[in-house]
Amino acid sequence: MNILESLGTVFTASVAAATLRLATPYLFAAIGETFGQRSGLLNLGVDGIMLMGAFFAFYAVYATGSLLLGLAAALLIGALLGLAMAFISVTLKAKQGVSGIGLYLFGLGMSELLFQTLVGTPKSVEGFPPIYIPGLSDIQFLGIGQIFFSQNILVYLAFLSVPISAFIFNRTNFGLKIRAVGQNPAAADAMDVSVTRIRYATQIIGGMMAGLAGASLSIALLDVFQQNLTNGMGFIAVALVYFGRWKPLGVMLGALLFSFVNALQLQISAVGIQIPPEFSTMAPYVITIIALVFAGKQSERPTALTVPFQRGE
Amino acid sequence: MNGAFQVRTTPTSWFRTAGNRLLDAAPLLISLALAFLIASGLLLALNVSPIDGFSSMLQGAFGSENTIAETLVKATPMLLVAIGICISFRGGMINVGGEGQMIAGAVAGITVALSLSTTPPIVAVPLSILAGFVAGALYGGLAGWLKAFFNVNEILSTIMLNAIAVQMMNYLLNGPLLDPTEVGVNHVPKTARIAEQLQIARLSIPLPEGVAELFSLQNAELFARTRLHWGLILAIVLAVLAYLLLWRTTIGYRIRAVGENERAAKYAGIRVRWNMVLAMMFAGGFAGLAGVVQVLGLQYRLQTDGSAMGFTANAGFNGIVVALFGGLNPLGAIPASIFFGGLLVGAQKMQRDLGVPAALITSINGMIVIFAVSSEYFRAMIARRRALGGGSMPGTQAVESRPKLPENPPDVIGQATL
Amino acid sequence: MRKGLRFLAVGAAAFGLVGLLPAAAQDDVFRVAAVSPSATNDLAFSQSMFDALTMLDEEMGDAFEFTFQEGTFIVDDAAVALRDWASSGEYDLVIAHGSQYGSVVEELANEFPEVAFAWGTDVNTFGLPNVSAYTVAAEQGGYINGALAAILSETGNIGVIGPIEVGDAKLYVDGFVSGVGATDPDATVNVTYIQSFGDVPLATEAATAFVSNGADVLSGTAQMVVGPIGVALENDLLWFGTQSSQAELAAESGVAFQVYRWDVVLRDLIADIGEGTLGGESYVLTLENGGVEMEVSEFTGLDEETLATVEETIAALSEGIISGEIVPLPELEATPEATPAS
Repeated sequence: MNILESLGTVFTASVAAATLRLATPYLFAAIGETFGQRSGLLNLGVDGIMLMGAFFAFYAVYATGSLLLGLAAALLIGALLGLAMAFISVTLKAKQGVSGIGLYLFGLGMSELLFQTLVGTPKSVEGFPPIYIPGLSDIQFLGIGQIFFSQNILVYLAFLSVPISAFIFNRTNFGLKIRAVGQNPAAADAMDVSVTRIRYATQIIGGMMAGLAGASLSIALLDVFQQNLTNGMGFIAVALVYFGRWKPLGVMLGALLFSFVNALQLQISAVGIQIPPEFSTMAPYVITIIALVFAGKQSERPTALTVPFQRGE
Repeated sequence: MNGAFQVRTTPTSWFRTAGNRLLDAAPLLISLALAFLIASGLLLALNVSPIDGFSSMLQGAFGSENTIAETLVKATPMLLVAIGICISFRGGMINVGGEGQMIAGAVAGITVALSLSTTPPIVAVPLSILAGFVAGALYGGLAGWLKAFFNVNEILSTIMLNAIAVQMMNYLLNGPLLDPTEVGVNHVPKTARIAEQLQIARLSIPLPEGVAELFSLQNAELFARTRLHWGLILAIVLAVLAYLLLWRTTIGYRIRAVGENERAAKYAGIRVRWNMVLAMMFAGGFAGLAGVVQVLGLQYRLQTDGSAMGFTANAGFNGIVVALFGGLNPLGAIPASIFFGGLLVGAQKMQRDLGVPAALITSINGMIVIFAVSSEYFRAMIARRRALGGGSMPGTQAVESRPKLPENPPDVIGQATL
Repeated sequence: MRKGLRFLAVGAAAFGLVGLLPAAAQDDVFRVAAVSPSATNDLAFSQSMFDALTMLDEEMGDAFEFTFQEGTFIVDDAAVALRDWASSGEYDLVIAHGSQYGSVVEELANEFPEVAFAWGTDVNTFGLPNVSAYTVAAEQGGYINGALAAILSETGNIGVIGPIEVGDAKLYVDGFVSGVGATDPDATVNVTYIQSFGDVPLATEAATAFVSNGADVLSGTAQMVVGPIGVALENDLLWFGTQSSQAELAAESGVAFQVYRWDVVLRDLIADIGEGTLGGESYVLTLENGGVEMEVSEFTGLDEETLATVEETIAALSEGIISGEIVPLPELEATPEATPAS
């Protein structure tokens, strides 16, 4: 096999399609986290909310068969946990990192406990099917049809959230307020922007997105629930926000890079190329760090990140 | 929380300070009680009597000589990690890489210990421990270097470095470091056992005559038949040393100065970048120590189930919580680590005795963390009210819950706010 | 919750076990305590032990009790549990169900020579008279599953998802690959070790990668296979499982499952301990002693004729393996002697 041919077996349309699927939960969670961080709130508990969202979506579908109810359940539990997190970090001004870890542990334990008592052993549900967009999904050229037009609806939604959130941040009054609150809460407060209200709002949005991230796993991509289903994805999502420098487009690029390397290493062993599995598993992490070294330079970090707002401080 | 900023007290004000301390502790105790109340509800929902549940938990944590020892054994690595976290967070570096640094320390330590199996222990043991510290420091320092010179966020890099360390460990334990007796057999990824003379000794305390009988202990020495080892003493001594380092030396002063206000530190002529790397090296070094102490003092070999947790028992993460509970003060981390050790060990006992699912315990632990950090608000409120009400007392007046942050910290997370 | 102690009233006498019951815990109840890494509903390793204990509990009724600590991935936590049980003196048998618990068992067994320990999967009893080791010849069921996969695959392309390359997972996967090779040398079987026992999303994508490269039969081991099973279902492929039965989850995709019957070992241990032998032996579950059982899925979507072929193949290969005509993993022959369960 010459090099070109072996490259051909590795860089396939299905790898690209897998990349989009793998990126979906990261995108939801990381875009949601971007809202919170832009307004100055760090939520390390994303993984816990994802797990709860995944379970509630799964259970709603398992019990009723309705996918819409599943989505609603994930959004609802996500919003509630986001609200709780907002109360803890905005109103009670608790240390955000630790309370996030607490929220993670809570979600990890509670989702499994509910699963054990309400469901028992792993069962599958009928999740969101892939949507074949008529005409477009048949495009053979470069596998475009398979990559872009044969995914399930949550994959499309995740990628749609990127331009929408970018629009909100850059073009709307709400986005302006979010940025103001994150950069200089005292000045924002002086201009009659309610720091508290904005931060509650971003945290609830973040929670709902994390809930969706969980739902995208349990009722769209995997169609099952199991203890610790996310396996730490939420923490990677938080890291991707830093990677993307608090910009939705950057977050998306990070999620795509990370997922691409992951999809590639799976493809490599699927076609029988032998690499020690430890090294291929390690690859996405190594490459993400290297990418960051080269991305380097100035960060756009919200200056008030993790600093609770105290009027007159 | 803030021993660091405490105004020195005179002996006469000691009682009043103690009274204030008690008042300070009240919100924490109330919030813990609240967390237990919710937990009781959950236990009731599972048809388990909360009284049975918590008494079993308490018994499992502090109920006997052996369980106290297990609590302390659990606390040891968490305390070591927490010491490092105190230093790095004070230096403005959010180190989430304790897991990976523990692994780096353990791998280096066991490699040295295995290759020095015939060397006199007086040389081999310190060398192995040192190797663990250095490896951890280098691994932590790597994240510091990436942050200082390439502006790579340390939260991100340490999360990634954790995953990389796990795979390195898996690779080494499946290949070069694999126990020779495992080759071709069951292939469990573990190293050979270290020579007996290189193991950190078990710790037992000789009791005066009659005391053992008084408490109906089995042995004349306290903790004689338990897994408690000298690693605990090492950790406590190091906690004191780290406290002195942070608040009694220029090295510590510089690290804290960079953490509090990078720009001001720079104007004061402090080498900001170097101190960032240094803070991370300390953090990594102490986590590395935790790793090597687990290996030399408890497990006697490095072994994994393929995940970080399989070796570290999550001490790398729990150490963060312990450090924050201890007010980012190494001395405060000592009781905090014992509290958490007891919580984790006791929870397991509850599962064994009453068949409570492990998941319930995880979620209760999460609630305790949330409630405890949230209680800080009320503690600060009480302190404020006291100050306003004229009842201010010497000793706590200067206490601010956080070191003052500059208006716009250029690129530093207020260390105490995470 | 089914964990913890249970008192199911089924006469033990009916099973002829009364005479075998030990005197260790001053009464006629045989008490077992066990710790396992994952959850008891994992459809895999931990569940296989929990099911075995549950089965004995139902059979022996009042004469048997067990307590189970699940979710103990952390070796140290298992150490605390095992020490607690050992020092309590209340248990006739303490089981450490995970090969990572070996060092802990070795240490405790030295310290508590009066307590019987069993652990697995491994063959090492550390030369101690109160330790039993148990393991499973997972390559046997792996070989049969592999052979069936080769027969049923139309594309000749088969994918296997494993956790890390250790213990019974490695044996199963190696046996599977060997079975495919012996049956259809032209078939390709690719293996991905995803380096995790629990990462369902990654395991799912690994299975999808196999499918998009033409695989029409999948297999795998560890608790993360719930993901790949979903992929098999969605794409109408065939699934072969191991450790516990996954028939219900795999529905019409499921074909055959290698089920670990730890009760075979446990029955032996109970008898031995009753006679005063606390350990010293190492047990291997095999097709021959009934510890490895091949279960054909009752929910499978295969037609009658194919199903008959499957059952015939299982019977023929089992016979061959039991008689020694077929050696699933020739290179394993040289491993240390392990006395098979009687």
